[in-house]
Amino acid sequence: MAGTETKPRVATVWLGGCSGCHMSFLDLDERLLDLADKIQLVYSPIADVKEFPQNVDITLVEGAVTNDENEEMAHIIRKHSRYVLSFGDCATTGNVTAMRNRFGTEALIDRAYQELADISNSKPNDHTLIAQLLPQAIPLHHVIRVDAFLHGCPPTPDEIWFAINELLNGRIPVFNTQFLRYG
Amino acid sequence: MAVKTLTINGDQYSAQEGESILAVCRQHHIPIPTLCHLEGLSTVGACRLCVVQIEGNPRLLPACTTKVEEGMIIQTSTPKLEKYRRMIVALLASEGNHVCAVCVANNHCELQDLAYQVGLVRVRYPYLYPDKKLDATHREYVMDHNRCVLCTRCVRVCDEVEGAHVWDVAGRGINCEIVSGLGGNWGDTQTCTECGKCVMVCPTGALFEKGVTVSEMEKKKGFLKYIITARQKKEWISQSE
Ligand code: SF4
Ligand code: SF4
Ligand code: SF4
Ligand code: FES
Repeated sequence: MAGTETKPRVATVWLGGCSGCHMSFLDLDERLLDLADKIQLVYSPIADVKEFPQNVDITLVEGAVTNDENEEMAHIIRKHSRYVLSFGDCATTGNVTAMRNRFGTEALIDRAYQELADISNSKPNDHTLIAQLLPQAIPLHHVIRVDAFLHGCPPTPDEIWFAINELLNGRIPVFNTQFLRYG
Repeated sequence: MAVKTLTINGDQYSAQEGESILAVCRQHHIPIPTLCHLEGLSTVGACRLCVVQIEGNPRLLPACTTKVEEGMIIQTSTPKLEKYRRMIVALLASEGNHVCAVCVANNHCELQDLAYQVGLVRVRYPYLYPDKKLDATHREYVMDHNRCVLCTRCVRVCDEVEGAHVWDVAGRGINCEIVSGLGGNWGDTQTCTECGKCVMVCPTGALFEKGVTVSEMEKKKGFLKYIITARQKKEWISQSE
């Protein structure tokens, strides 16, 4: 493709979230076509790219940091992105993902893998295969520096559109008045 | 009563002796965020959101408890005040378990509104995720301590307006909590009349009606002015507020 090198390189990442924020992103509908003309999507759960690339201009991060894999990924994102945007309430406050924090990881794993198991009730023990839970799920900005915050569970397509366009125009989106909201 | 003249944000105002700075500001539509204060209840000055700057006084003073004085020069909105107010809301958010997305009071919550008002974009403090209880023993209502900001409005309305004194404050600092009766279940108290006043004055989703789900618990505070006007002036005003 000619000229793709000059388009801003955008990534979206799915950490400890329900994917609802990405669903809302897809709800941009026909504006996605518009966006496809303006940007180059270099990494995303909706694109088949294995490794987080270098020299990314804007990265949208959905979800809280809830396991060691998320934590490692957060640092990789920061290292290779110019702007990092906390995308939705889970990334911004911990939100629903952090509701597990009061129970402790042991109780949580027992509940998920044993009490609620239909067939096999063995617990995951190979942490080279399955990410290990952090003691608590925490907001992204408690792990890395974040440049802007997009609120909402999930943020609406209009809010996402506004944020991306501000960033594409080289401005840090300011949500204080227009789009600041929780829930 | 003597009239006092004072300056607020550079403009001159007159006020009655004994009036609070907050009352004068409300009369003149000067916005000051408040949380523990509620018209019709006694004033406790607990949350400190309403702090203002007074010339010649190095301390920030709560507008709800500070009385006007002759010649006072008051600022209600400066970068310093805005920073403090943002800190207070951030601390309230980090000390409880406030998950707006799944809260009965979502979009009808005074804590949420305050977060927008003070521009709380994110909380820098570590969240505490305290292990708080939920009391669903009452026939009609639920008390979810996870969402309680300890404003004590419930304590005051139940004591001062309903006369039942079901609620009290126990413990100190981070262990401070609202208790019913002598610390037992709300449903076991003999004194609760099931009037619902505490539910309606609660600024968050801590107190709510059984059966409501996410975003459904709207609080109607108009009843308080209605009752108080009726009692004091024997006038029956509209409740729609
Ligand atoms: S903010 Fe809401 S929609 Fe987005 S990941 Fe979290 S729970 Fe899902
Ligand atoms: S319902 Fe009425 S009597 Fe019962 S605790 Fe609440 S304010 Fe007090
Ligand atoms: S239950 Fe509600 S009214 Fe009572 S102290 Fe807590 S936040 Fe305030
Ligand atoms: S409103 Fe004045 S201290 Fe709470």
